[in-house]
Amino acid sequence: MQDLLYFSQQLINGLTIGSTYALIAIGYTMVYGIIGMINFAHGEIYMIGAYTALIAITGLAALGIAWLPLVLIVALVCAMIVSSSMGWAVERVAYRPVRGRHRLIPLISAIGMSIFLQNYVHLAQGSRNIGFPALIEGGFRFGAADSFQISISYIQITIFLTTLVCMTLLSLFISRSRIGRACRAVSQDLGMANLLGIDTNRIISATFVIGAALAAVAGLLLGMYYGSIDPLFGFIAGLKAFTAAVLGGIGSIPGAMLGGLILGVAESMTSGYLSGEYKDVVSFGLLILILLFKPTGLLGKPEVEKI
Amino acid sequence: MLEVQNLSMRFGGLLAVDQVSLDVKEHEIVSIIGPNGAGKTTVFNCMSGFYKPSDGKILFEGGEVQGKPDYKISRLGMVRTFQHVRLFNRMTVVENLLVAQHRHLNTNLLSGLLKTPNYRAREQKSLDRASYWLKRVGLLDLANVDAGNLAYGQQRRLEIARCMVTEPKLLMLDEPAAGLNPSETRALNQLIVSLKEDYNVSVVLIEHDMSLVMDISDRINVINQGRPLASGTPDEIRNNDDVIKAYLGEA
Repeated sequence: MQDLLYFSQQLINGLTIGSTYALIAIGYTMVYGIIGMINFAHGEIYMIGAYTALIAITGLAALGIAWLPLVLIVALVCAMIVSSSMGWAVERVAYRPVRGRHRLIPLISAIGMSIFLQNYVHLAQGSRNIGFPALIEGGFRFGAADSFQISISYIQITIFLTTLVCMTLLSLFISRSRIGRACRAVSQDLGMANLLGIDTNRIISATFVIGAALAAVAGLLLGMYYGSIDPLFGFIAGLKAFTAAVLGGIGSIPGAMLGGLILGVAESMTSGYLSGEYKDVVSFGLLILILLFKPTGLLGKPEVEKI
Repeated sequence: MLEVQNLSMRFGGLLAVDQVSLDVKEHEIVSIIGPNGAGKTTVFNCMSGFYKPSDGKILFEGGEVQGKPDYKISRLGMVRTFQHVRLFNRMTVVENLLVAQHRHLNTNLLSGLLKTPNYRAREQKSLDRASYWLKRVGLLDLANVDAGNLAYGQQRRLEIARCMVTEPKLLMLDEPAAGLNPSETRALNQLIVSLKEDYNVSVVLIEHDMSLVMDISDRINVINQGRPLASGTPDEIRNNDDVIKAYLGEA
Protein backbone atom coordinates (compact mmCIF):
# COMPACT_ATOMS: atom_id res chain seq x y z
CA MET A 1 0.00 0.00 0.00
CA GLN A 2 2.78 2.30 1.03
CA ASP A 3 4.58 1.52 -2.22
CA LEU A 4 1.55 2.21 -4.31
CA LEU A 5 1.00 5.57 -2.64
CA TYR A 6 4.61 6.51 -3.18
CA PHE A 7 4.36 5.50 -6.81
CA SER A 8 1.18 7.56 -7.27
CA GLN A 9 2.87 10.57 -5.75
CA GLN A 10 5.74 10.30 -8.25
CA LEU A 11 3.27 9.85 -11.06
CA ILE A 12 1.39 13.00 -10.06
CA ASN A 13 4.61 15.01 -9.81
CA GLY A 14 5.73 13.63 -13.16
CA LEU A 15 2.50 14.45 -14.94
CA THR A 16 2.60 17.99 -13.58
CA ILE A 17 6.09 18.73 -14.77
CA GLY A 18 5.52 16.72 -17.94
CA SER A 19 2.49 18.73 -18.94
CA THR A 20 4.54 21.93 -18.83
CA TYR A 21 7.22 20.27 -20.94
CA ALA A 22 4.46 19.43 -23.39
CA LEU A 23 3.29 23.05 -23.50
CA ILE A 24 6.78 24.23 -24.42
CA ALA A 25 7.37 21.31 -26.78
CA ILE A 26 4.36 22.36 -28.89
CA GLY A 27 6.32 25.43 -29.97
CA TYR A 28 9.25 23.33 -31.18
CA THR A 29 7.13 20.80 -32.95
CA MET A 30 4.83 23.29 -34.73
CA VAL A 31 7.71 25.35 -36.07
CA TYR A 32 9.51 22.20 -37.17
CA GLY A 33 6.34 20.89 -38.78
CA ILE A 34 6.00 24.02 -40.89
CA ILE A 35 9.51 25.07 -41.87
CA GLY A 36 11.59 22.06 -40.82
CA MET A 37 13.76 24.12 -38.46
CA ILE A 38 14.35 24.01 -34.73
CA ASN A 39 13.60 27.31 -33.04
CA PHE A 40 16.52 27.47 -30.65
CA ALA A 41 15.31 30.74 -29.14
CA HIS A 42 12.11 29.09 -27.92
CA GLY A 43 13.46 28.43 -24.40
CA GLU A 44 14.22 32.14 -24.07
CA ILE A 45 10.73 33.05 -25.17
CA TYR A 46 9.42 30.87 -22.39
CA MET A 47 11.81 32.54 -19.91
CA ILE A 48 10.67 35.98 -21.03
CA GLY A 49 7.08 34.85 -20.51
CA ALA A 50 7.90 33.97 -16.90
CA TYR A 51 9.61 37.35 -16.35
CA THR A 52 6.72 39.27 -17.87
CA ALA A 53 4.26 37.41 -15.67
CA LEU A 54 6.37 38.26 -12.62
CA ILE A 55 6.54 41.92 -13.59
CA ALA A 56 2.77 42.00 -14.09
CA ILE A 57 2.17 40.33 -10.72
CA THR A 58 4.53 42.75 -8.96
CA GLY A 59 2.89 45.69 -10.69
CA LEU A 60 -0.59 44.60 -9.64
CA ALA A 61 0.61 44.05 -6.07
CA ALA A 62 2.02 47.59 -6.07
CA LEU A 63 -1.37 48.85 -7.17
CA GLY A 64 -2.92 46.98 -4.30
CA ILE A 65 -4.84 44.53 -6.47
CA ALA A 66 -4.79 41.12 -4.85
CA TRP A 67 -7.87 39.33 -6.13
CA LEU A 68 -6.30 36.07 -7.28
CA PRO A 69 -8.25 35.28 -10.46
CA LEU A 70 -7.69 38.80 -11.77
CA VAL A 71 -3.96 38.70 -10.94
CA LEU A 72 -3.55 35.35 -12.69
CA ILE A 73 -5.46 36.39 -15.77
CA VAL A 74 -3.67 39.72 -16.13
CA ALA A 75 -0.29 38.02 -15.64
CA LEU A 76 -1.19 35.33 -18.15
CA VAL A 77 -2.42 37.78 -20.77
CA CYS A 78 0.62 40.05 -20.39
CA ALA A 79 3.00 37.10 -20.60
CA MET A 80 1.25 35.74 -23.67
CA ILE A 81 1.25 39.09 -25.45
CA VAL A 82 4.93 39.82 -24.78
CA SER A 83 6.08 36.28 -25.60
CA SER A 84 3.98 36.16 -28.75
CA SER A 85 5.48 39.40 -30.01
CA MET A 86 8.90 37.96 -29.21
CA GLY A 87 8.06 34.82 -31.14
CA TRP A 88 6.92 36.92 -34.06
CA ALA A 89 10.07 39.05 -33.88
CA VAL A 90 12.36 36.01 -33.73
CA GLU A 91 10.82 34.74 -36.95
CA ARG A 92 11.11 38.11 -38.65
CA VAL A 93 14.69 38.78 -37.56
CA ALA A 94 16.32 35.37 -37.36
CA TYR A 95 14.39 33.18 -39.81
CA ARG A 96 12.67 35.03 -42.62
CA PRO A 97 15.71 36.89 -43.99
CA VAL A 98 17.65 33.64 -44.28
CA ARG A 99 14.84 31.34 -45.36
CA GLY A 100 15.74 29.08 -48.23
CA ARG A 101 19.45 29.26 -47.49
CA HIS A 102 21.53 26.41 -46.19
CA ARG A 103 19.92 24.75 -43.18
CA LEU A 104 22.74 25.71 -40.83
CA ILE A 105 22.25 29.44 -41.33
CA PRO A 106 18.84 29.85 -39.65
CA LEU A 107 20.02 27.46 -36.95
CA ILE A 108 22.94 29.70 -36.12
CA SER A 109 20.93 32.91 -36.31
CA ALA A 110 18.41 31.37 -33.91
CA ILE A 111 21.18 30.46 -31.48
CA GLY A 112 22.39 34.05 -31.78
CA MET A 113 18.88 35.25 -31.01
CA SER A 114 18.79 32.99 -27.98
CA ILE A 115 22.10 34.36 -26.63
CA PHE A 116 20.93 37.90 -27.29
CA LEU A 117 17.64 37.48 -25.44
CA GLN A 118 19.28 35.69 -22.52
CA ASN A 119 21.83 38.45 -22.08
CA TYR A 120 19.27 41.17 -22.56
CA VAL A 121 17.32 39.78 -19.61
CA HIS A 122 20.59 39.50 -17.66
CA LEU A 123 21.16 43.21 -18.18
CA ALA A 124 17.59 44.33 -17.67
CA GLN A 125 16.64 42.12 -14.73
CA GLY A 126 19.96 41.15 -13.15
CA SER A 127 21.44 37.68 -13.18
CA ARG A 128 20.38 36.57 -9.73
CA ASN A 129 17.42 34.41 -8.88
CA ILE A 130 14.26 36.39 -8.30
CA GLY A 131 11.59 34.97 -6.06
CA PHE A 132 8.30 34.21 -7.80
CA PRO A 133 5.23 34.49 -5.56
CA ALA A 134 3.43 31.15 -5.29
CA LEU A 135 -0.02 32.81 -5.45
CA ILE A 136 -1.78 29.46 -5.29
CA GLU A 137 -0.94 27.73 -2.01
CA GLY A 138 -2.16 24.71 -0.15
CA GLY A 139 -3.42 21.40 -1.43
CA PHE A 140 -5.02 18.06 -0.64
CA ARG A 141 -3.51 15.26 1.39
CA PHE A 142 -4.63 11.67 1.25
CA GLY A 143 -3.63 8.73 3.41
CA ALA A 144 -3.28 7.90 7.10
CA ALA A 145 -1.41 10.43 9.18
CA ASP A 146 1.11 7.91 10.49
CA SER A 147 2.18 6.55 7.09
CA PHE A 148 3.05 8.04 3.67
CA GLN A 149 0.60 10.66 2.47
CA ILE A 150 -0.06 11.63 -1.11
CA SER A 151 -0.13 15.36 -1.50
CA ILE A 152 -1.55 17.16 -4.48
CA SER A 153 -1.05 20.88 -4.29
CA TYR A 154 -3.52 23.30 -5.86
CA ILE A 155 -0.77 24.61 -8.09
CA GLN A 156 -0.25 21.09 -9.47
CA ILE A 157 -3.95 20.85 -10.21
CA THR A 158 -3.85 24.30 -11.81
CA ILE A 159 -0.92 23.30 -14.00
CA PHE A 160 -2.56 20.11 -15.11
CA LEU A 161 -5.94 21.68 -15.84
CA THR A 162 -4.48 24.71 -17.62
CA THR A 163 -2.40 22.45 -19.83
CA LEU A 164 -5.43 20.32 -20.58
CA VAL A 165 -7.44 23.38 -21.58
CA CYS A 166 -4.62 24.76 -23.74
CA MET A 167 -4.09 21.44 -25.50
CA THR A 168 -7.80 21.02 -26.17
CA LEU A 169 -8.07 24.53 -27.57
CA LEU A 170 -5.00 24.01 -29.72
CA SER A 171 -6.27 20.70 -31.09
CA LEU A 172 -9.60 22.29 -31.95
CA PHE A 173 -7.84 25.25 -33.51
CA ILE A 174 -5.66 23.05 -35.70
CA SER A 175 -8.40 20.66 -36.76
CA ARG A 176 -11.35 23.02 -37.13
CA SER A 177 -10.30 26.59 -37.76
CA ARG A 178 -9.45 28.13 -41.06
CA ILE A 179 -5.96 29.15 -40.01
CA GLY A 180 -5.39 25.72 -38.49
CA ARG A 181 -6.36 24.18 -41.81
CA ALA A 182 -3.95 26.47 -43.60
CA CYS A 183 -1.23 25.53 -41.09
CA ARG A 184 -1.67 21.88 -41.93
CA ALA A 185 -1.62 22.60 -45.64
CA VAL A 186 1.54 24.69 -45.37
CA SER A 187 3.26 22.00 -43.33
CA GLN A 188 2.50 19.43 -46.00
CA ASP A 189 3.42 21.43 -49.09
CA LEU A 190 4.50 25.01 -48.64
CA GLY A 191 4.98 25.72 -52.33
CA MET A 192 1.55 24.43 -53.30
CA ALA A 193 -0.12 26.36 -50.46
CA ASN A 194 1.54 29.48 -51.80
CA LEU A 195 0.25 28.79 -55.30
CA LEU A 196 -3.29 28.43 -54.00
CA GLY A 197 -3.10 31.98 -52.70
CA ILE A 198 -2.35 31.29 -49.05
CA ASP A 199 -0.01 33.92 -47.64
CA THR A 200 2.43 31.39 -46.20
CA ASN A 201 4.51 34.06 -44.47
CA ARG A 202 1.53 34.87 -42.30
CA ILE A 203 0.96 31.23 -41.51
CA ILE A 204 4.61 30.75 -40.55
CA SER A 205 4.39 33.81 -38.29
CA ALA A 206 1.22 32.40 -36.78
CA THR A 207 2.95 29.16 -35.77
CA PHE A 208 5.74 31.07 -34.04
CA VAL A 209 3.16 33.21 -32.25
CA ILE A 210 1.01 30.27 -31.13
CA GLY A 211 4.05 28.33 -29.87
CA ALA A 212 5.29 31.40 -28.00
CA ALA A 213 1.91 32.01 -26.37
CA LEU A 214 1.82 28.45 -25.06
CA ALA A 215 5.41 28.79 -23.81
CA ALA A 216 4.35 31.92 -21.91
CA VAL A 217 1.59 29.94 -20.21
CA ALA A 218 4.20 27.38 -19.17
CA GLY A 219 6.45 30.23 -17.97
CA LEU A 220 3.84 31.55 -15.56
CA LEU A 221 2.91 28.07 -14.31
CA LEU A 222 6.46 26.89 -13.76
CA GLY A 223 7.47 30.19 -12.20
CA MET A 224 4.79 29.69 -9.56
CA TYR A 225 5.66 26.00 -9.18
CA TYR A 226 9.40 26.48 -8.68
CA GLY A 227 9.12 29.76 -6.78
CA SER A 228 12.05 31.49 -8.43
CA ILE A 229 13.30 32.43 -11.89
CA ASP A 230 16.59 33.55 -13.42
CA PRO A 231 17.75 34.41 -16.94
CA LEU A 232 18.96 30.83 -17.51
CA PHE A 233 15.54 29.50 -16.56
CA GLY A 234 14.71 28.89 -20.19
CA PHE A 235 17.80 26.98 -21.20
CA ILE A 236 17.30 23.66 -19.47
CA ALA A 237 13.51 23.75 -19.82
CA GLY A 238 13.94 24.44 -23.52
CA LEU A 239 16.31 21.52 -23.84
CA LYS A 240 13.87 19.24 -22.01
CA ALA A 241 10.95 20.37 -24.11
CA PHE A 242 12.98 19.87 -27.27
CA THR A 243 13.77 16.34 -26.05
CA ALA A 244 10.07 15.80 -25.42
CA ALA A 245 9.24 16.96 -28.95
CA VAL A 246 11.81 14.62 -30.51
CA LEU A 247 10.74 11.78 -28.24
CA GLY A 248 7.13 12.08 -29.34
CA GLY A 249 8.05 12.59 -32.99
CA ILE A 250 8.97 16.08 -34.02
CA GLY A 251 6.36 17.73 -36.21
CA SER A 252 3.53 15.86 -34.51
CA ILE A 253 1.43 17.81 -32.00
CA PRO A 254 -0.01 14.76 -30.18
CA GLY A 255 3.56 13.48 -30.16
CA ALA A 256 4.77 16.56 -28.31
CA MET A 257 2.03 16.12 -25.71
CA LEU A 258 2.88 12.45 -25.24
CA GLY A 259 6.62 13.07 -25.23
CA GLY A 260 6.28 15.75 -22.57
CA LEU A 261 4.27 13.52 -20.27
CA ILE A 262 6.59 10.53 -20.72
CA LEU A 263 9.63 12.67 -20.05
CA GLY A 264 8.10 14.24 -16.94
CA VAL A 265 7.07 10.89 -15.50
CA ALA A 266 10.45 9.32 -16.30
CA GLU A 267 12.20 12.16 -14.53
CA SER A 268 10.08 12.08 -11.42
CA MET A 269 10.32 8.28 -11.20
CA THR A 270 14.09 8.56 -11.40
CA SER A 271 14.11 11.21 -8.68
CA GLY A 272 11.77 9.15 -6.54
CA TYR A 273 13.39 5.75 -6.84
CA LEU A 274 17.00 6.45 -7.76
CA SER A 275 18.26 9.93 -7.11
CA GLY A 276 17.45 13.42 -8.31
CA GLU A 277 20.96 13.62 -9.74
CA TYR A 278 20.13 10.98 -12.31
CA LYS A 279 17.00 12.48 -13.76
CA ASP A 280 18.73 14.29 -16.64
CA VAL A 281 20.80 11.19 -17.36
CA VAL A 282 17.62 9.16 -17.67
CA SER A 283 15.71 11.67 -19.78
CA PHE A 284 18.49 12.18 -22.30
CA GLY A 285 19.29 8.46 -22.19
CA LEU A 286 15.68 7.82 -23.11
CA LEU A 287 16.06 10.20 -26.03
CA ILE A 288 19.09 8.28 -27.33
CA LEU A 289 17.26 4.97 -27.03
CA ILE A 290 14.20 6.23 -28.87
CA LEU A 291 16.34 7.71 -31.63
CA LEU A 292 18.21 4.41 -31.98
CA PHE A 293 15.14 2.23 -32.27
CA LYS A 294 12.53 4.62 -33.65
CA PRO A 295 14.29 7.57 -35.25
CA THR A 296 11.03 9.32 -36.14
CA GLY A 297 9.92 9.40 -32.50
CA LEU A 298 6.90 7.70 -30.96
CA LEU A 299 4.17 9.27 -33.11
CA GLY A 300 6.28 10.71 -35.92
CA LYS A 301 5.62 9.53 -39.42
CA PRO A 302 8.56 8.60 -41.61
CA GLU A 303 8.93 10.84 -44.62
CA VAL A 304 8.18 8.71 -47.64
CA GLU A 305 9.31 10.08 -50.96
CA LYS A 306 7.10 8.99 -53.81
CA ILE A 307 9.15 7.90 -56.75
CA MET B 1 -5.98 38.16 -71.28
CA LEU B 2 -2.52 36.67 -70.88
CA GLU B 3 0.34 37.87 -72.96
CA VAL B 4 3.87 36.49 -72.78
CA GLN B 5 6.38 38.65 -74.64
CA ASN B 6 9.88 37.47 -75.53
CA LEU B 7 10.26 35.40 -72.40
CA SER B 8 13.76 34.09 -71.71
CA MET B 9 15.00 32.02 -68.82
CA ARG B 10 18.66 31.30 -68.24
CA PHE B 11 20.04 28.83 -65.72
CA GLY B 12 23.76 29.60 -65.51
CA GLY B 13 25.07 28.92 -69.01
CA LEU B 14 21.93 27.15 -70.18
CA LEU B 15 19.33 29.13 -72.05
CA ALA B 16 16.29 27.00 -71.26
CA VAL B 17 13.74 29.34 -72.79
CA ASP B 18 14.69 31.71 -75.59
CA GLN B 19 12.38 34.52 -76.69
CA VAL B 20 9.12 32.66 -76.36
CA SER B 21 5.95 34.67 -76.94
CA LEU B 22 2.39 33.50 -76.66
CA ASP B 23 -0.98 34.90 -75.84
CA VAL B 24 -4.23 33.58 -74.48
CA LYS B 25 -7.52 35.29 -75.12
CA GLU B 26 -10.64 35.01 -73.02
CA HIS B 27 -12.59 31.84 -73.50
CA GLU B 28 -9.79 29.96 -75.19
CA ILE B 29 -7.80 26.76 -74.72
CA VAL B 30 -4.19 27.22 -75.74
CA SER B 31 -1.73 24.33 -75.71
CA ILE B 32 2.01 24.33 -75.43
CA ILE B 33 3.58 21.27 -76.98
CA GLY B 34 7.09 20.23 -77.78
CA PRO B 35 9.56 17.36 -77.34
CA ASN B 36 10.85 16.47 -73.89
CA GLY B 37 13.16 19.12 -72.49
CA ALA B 38 11.85 21.78 -74.85
CA GLY B 39 11.23 24.20 -71.97
CA LYS B 40 7.46 23.96 -71.68
CA THR B 41 7.38 23.55 -67.93
CA THR B 42 9.95 26.32 -67.52
CA VAL B 43 7.58 28.67 -69.34
CA PHE B 44 4.86 27.58 -66.93
CA ASN B 45 7.09 28.11 -63.93
CA CYS B 46 7.82 31.65 -65.05
CA MET B 47 4.15 32.36 -65.65
CA SER B 48 3.06 31.10 -62.25
CA GLY B 49 5.79 32.96 -60.38
CA PHE B 50 7.84 29.89 -59.50
CA TYR B 51 10.79 31.32 -61.42
CA LYS B 52 11.73 34.91 -62.01
CA PRO B 53 12.32 35.13 -65.76
CA SER B 54 15.72 36.41 -66.95
CA ASP B 55 14.13 38.53 -69.62
CA GLY B 56 10.79 39.37 -71.17
CA LYS B 57 7.37 40.40 -70.00
CA ILE B 58 4.32 38.54 -68.77
CA LEU B 59 1.13 40.57 -68.80
CA PHE B 60 -2.05 39.33 -67.18
CA GLU B 61 -5.07 41.49 -67.89
CA GLY B 62 -2.74 44.32 -68.76
CA GLY B 63 -0.61 44.20 -65.59
CA GLU B 64 2.95 42.89 -65.42
CA VAL B 65 3.25 39.80 -63.25
CA GLN B 66 6.80 38.59 -63.88
CA GLY B 67 8.79 38.40 -60.66
CA LYS B 68 5.73 38.79 -58.44
CA PRO B 69 5.43 36.35 -55.52
CA ASP B 70 3.45 33.28 -56.53
CA TYR B 71 0.63 33.76 -54.01
CA LYS B 72 -0.04 37.21 -55.47
CA ILE B 73 -0.15 35.87 -59.01
CA SER B 74 -2.59 33.19 -58.00
CA ARG B 75 -4.75 35.79 -56.26
CA LEU B 76 -5.02 37.61 -59.58
CA GLY B 77 -6.73 34.54 -60.94
CA MET B 78 -4.02 32.36 -62.48
CA VAL B 79 -3.74 28.91 -60.92
CA ARG B 80 -1.76 25.92 -62.04
CA THR B 81 -1.29 22.22 -61.51
CA PHE B 82 1.92 20.21 -61.69
CA GLN B 83 3.07 17.21 -63.70
CA HIS B 84 3.06 15.25 -60.48
CA VAL B 85 -0.08 15.42 -58.41
CA ARG B 86 0.48 17.71 -55.45
CA LEU B 87 -2.45 17.36 -53.10
CA PHE B 88 -2.37 17.77 -49.34
CA ASN B 89 -2.31 14.03 -48.81
CA ARG B 90 -2.91 13.97 -45.08
CA MET B 91 -5.98 16.18 -45.32
CA THR B 92 -9.40 15.02 -46.41
CA VAL B 93 -10.72 15.61 -49.91
CA VAL B 94 -13.08 18.34 -48.78
CA GLU B 95 -10.39 20.00 -46.65
CA ASN B 96 -8.23 20.23 -49.75
CA LEU B 97 -10.95 22.29 -51.37
CA LEU B 98 -11.61 24.41 -48.28
CA VAL B 99 -8.00 25.35 -47.77
CA ALA B 100 -7.79 26.49 -51.36
CA GLN B 101 -10.48 29.06 -50.58
CA HIS B 102 -8.46 30.44 -47.68
CA ARG B 103 -8.07 33.87 -49.20
CA HIS B 104 -11.78 34.18 -49.98
CA LEU B 105 -12.58 33.99 -46.31
CA ASN B 106 -12.45 36.71 -43.76
CA THR B 107 -8.90 36.74 -42.39
CA ASN B 108 -9.90 38.37 -39.13
CA LEU B 109 -8.85 36.01 -36.34
CA LEU B 110 -11.28 37.51 -33.86
CA SER B 111 -14.34 36.88 -36.00
CA GLY B 112 -13.10 33.32 -36.43
CA LEU B 113 -12.81 32.84 -32.69
CA LEU B 114 -16.19 34.37 -32.03
CA LYS B 115 -17.79 32.62 -34.99
CA THR B 116 -19.67 35.73 -36.04
CA PRO B 117 -22.65 35.29 -38.39
CA ASN B 118 -20.61 36.80 -41.19
CA TYR B 119 -17.85 34.25 -40.63
CA ARG B 120 -20.32 31.39 -40.53
CA ALA B 121 -21.93 32.55 -43.75
CA ARG B 122 -18.57 32.63 -45.50
CA GLU B 123 -17.63 29.20 -44.15
CA GLN B 124 -20.94 27.88 -45.40
CA LYS B 125 -20.38 29.42 -48.79
CA SER B 126 -16.97 27.83 -49.19
CA LEU B 127 -18.40 24.51 -48.08
CA ASP B 128 -21.15 24.82 -50.68
CA ARG B 129 -18.65 25.62 -53.39
CA ALA B 130 -16.50 22.66 -52.33
CA SER B 131 -19.44 20.26 -52.46
CA TYR B 132 -20.53 21.64 -55.82
CA TRP B 133 -17.14 20.89 -57.33
CA LEU B 134 -16.90 17.50 -55.66
CA LYS B 135 -20.20 16.62 -57.32
CA ARG B 136 -18.94 18.04 -60.61
CA VAL B 137 -15.82 15.83 -60.66
CA GLY B 138 -17.63 12.86 -59.11
CA LEU B 139 -15.84 12.72 -55.77
CA LEU B 140 -18.67 13.69 -53.41
CA ASP B 141 -18.86 10.20 -51.89
CA LEU B 142 -15.19 10.42 -51.01
CA ALA B 143 -15.33 13.86 -49.39
CA ASN B 144 -14.06 12.67 -46.01
CA VAL B 145 -11.38 10.32 -47.27
CA ASP B 146 -7.75 11.42 -46.97
CA ALA B 147 -6.65 12.73 -50.34
CA GLY B 148 -3.57 10.49 -50.26
CA ASN B 149 -5.82 7.42 -50.32
CA LEU B 150 -7.57 8.30 -53.59
CA ALA B 151 -6.82 6.47 -56.81
CA TYR B 152 -4.55 8.32 -59.21
CA GLY B 153 -7.26 9.39 -61.63
CA GLN B 154 -9.37 10.67 -58.75
CA GLN B 155 -6.42 12.66 -57.44
CA ARG B 156 -6.06 14.28 -60.85
CA ARG B 157 -9.71 15.32 -60.83
CA LEU B 158 -9.49 16.58 -57.26
CA GLU B 159 -6.53 18.71 -58.26
CA ILE B 160 -8.56 20.40 -61.00
CA ALA B 161 -11.47 20.88 -58.59
CA ARG B 162 -9.08 22.45 -56.13
CA CYS B 163 -7.99 24.94 -58.77
CA MET B 164 -11.58 25.71 -59.71
CA VAL B 165 -12.76 26.55 -56.18
CA THR B 166 -10.31 29.45 -56.22
CA GLU B 167 -12.46 30.87 -59.04
CA PRO B 168 -9.60 31.38 -61.48
CA LYS B 169 -9.78 33.24 -64.75
CA LEU B 170 -6.90 31.29 -66.22
CA LEU B 171 -6.13 27.67 -65.48
CA MET B 172 -2.67 26.31 -66.25
CA LEU B 173 -2.55 22.53 -66.52
CA ASP B 174 0.83 20.82 -66.73
CA GLU B 175 0.34 17.41 -68.38
CA PRO B 176 -3.04 16.69 -66.82
CA ALA B 177 -3.41 13.41 -68.73
CA ALA B 178 -0.08 11.94 -67.60
CA GLY B 179 -0.68 8.50 -66.15
CA LEU B 180 -4.34 8.33 -67.10
CA ASN B 181 -5.87 5.48 -69.10
CA PRO B 182 -7.71 6.25 -72.37
CA SER B 183 -11.18 6.41 -70.86
CA GLU B 184 -9.98 8.66 -68.05
CA THR B 185 -8.30 10.86 -70.64
CA ARG B 186 -11.58 11.18 -72.54
CA ALA B 187 -13.38 12.18 -69.33
CA LEU B 188 -10.67 14.73 -68.65
CA ASN B 189 -11.10 16.06 -72.17
CA GLN B 190 -14.76 16.71 -71.57
CA LEU B 191 -14.05 18.27 -68.19
CA ILE B 192 -11.54 20.74 -69.62
CA VAL B 193 -13.86 21.75 -72.45
CA SER B 194 -16.67 22.21 -69.96
CA LEU B 195 -14.48 24.45 -67.79
CA LYS B 196 -14.15 26.71 -70.79
CA GLU B 197 -17.74 26.47 -71.97
CA ASP B 198 -19.61 26.50 -68.69
CA TYR B 199 -17.35 28.42 -66.32
CA ASN B 200 -15.73 30.83 -68.74
CA VAL B 201 -12.19 29.90 -67.78
CA SER B 202 -9.29 30.15 -70.19
CA VAL B 203 -6.92 27.21 -70.15
CA VAL B 204 -3.24 26.88 -70.92
CA LEU B 205 -2.30 23.28 -71.38
CA ILE B 206 1.02 21.45 -71.57
CA GLU B 207 0.43 18.00 -72.92
CA HIS B 208 2.10 15.08 -74.65
CA ASP B 209 -1.10 13.29 -75.50
CA MET B 210 -1.64 14.52 -79.06
CA SER B 211 -5.20 13.29 -79.35
CA LEU B 212 -6.17 15.39 -76.36
CA VAL B 213 -4.29 18.44 -77.61
CA MET B 214 -5.69 18.28 -81.14
CA ASP B 215 -9.24 17.68 -79.94
CA ILE B 216 -9.69 20.52 -77.51
CA SER B 217 -7.18 23.25 -78.29
CA ASP B 218 -8.22 26.44 -80.00
CA ARG B 219 -4.61 27.26 -80.70
CA ILE B 220 -1.31 25.46 -80.25
CA ASN B 221 2.19 26.78 -79.61
CA VAL B 222 5.09 24.50 -80.43
CA ILE B 223 8.38 24.97 -78.61
CA ASN B 224 11.57 23.19 -79.56
CA GLN B 225 14.83 23.46 -77.64
CA GLY B 226 13.61 26.54 -75.83
CA ARG B 227 12.66 28.39 -79.03
CA PRO B 228 9.23 29.00 -80.45
CA LEU B 229 8.81 26.79 -83.51
CA ALA B 230 5.28 27.40 -84.69
CA SER B 231 1.88 28.51 -83.54
CA GLY B 232 -1.58 28.22 -84.98
CA THR B 233 -4.76 26.20 -85.03
CA PRO B 234 -4.57 22.41 -84.65
CA ASP B 235 -4.95 21.96 -88.42
CA GLU B 236 -2.16 24.39 -89.22
CA ILE B 237 0.13 22.69 -86.71
CA ARG B 238 -0.68 19.23 -88.00
CA ASN B 239 0.46 20.24 -91.49
CA ASN B 240 3.43 22.38 -90.48
CA ASP B 241 6.67 21.01 -91.93
CA ASP B 242 8.89 22.34 -89.14
CA VAL B 243 6.74 20.66 -86.54
CA ILE B 244 6.77 17.37 -88.35
CA LYS B 245 10.56 17.55 -88.61
CA ALA B 246 10.99 18.35 -84.93
CA TYR B 247 8.76 15.51 -83.89
CA LEU B 248 9.67 12.85 -86.42
CA GLY B 249 13.19 13.88 -87.39
CA GLU B 250 14.37 14.77 -90.86
CA ALA B 251 13.01 12.49 -93.55
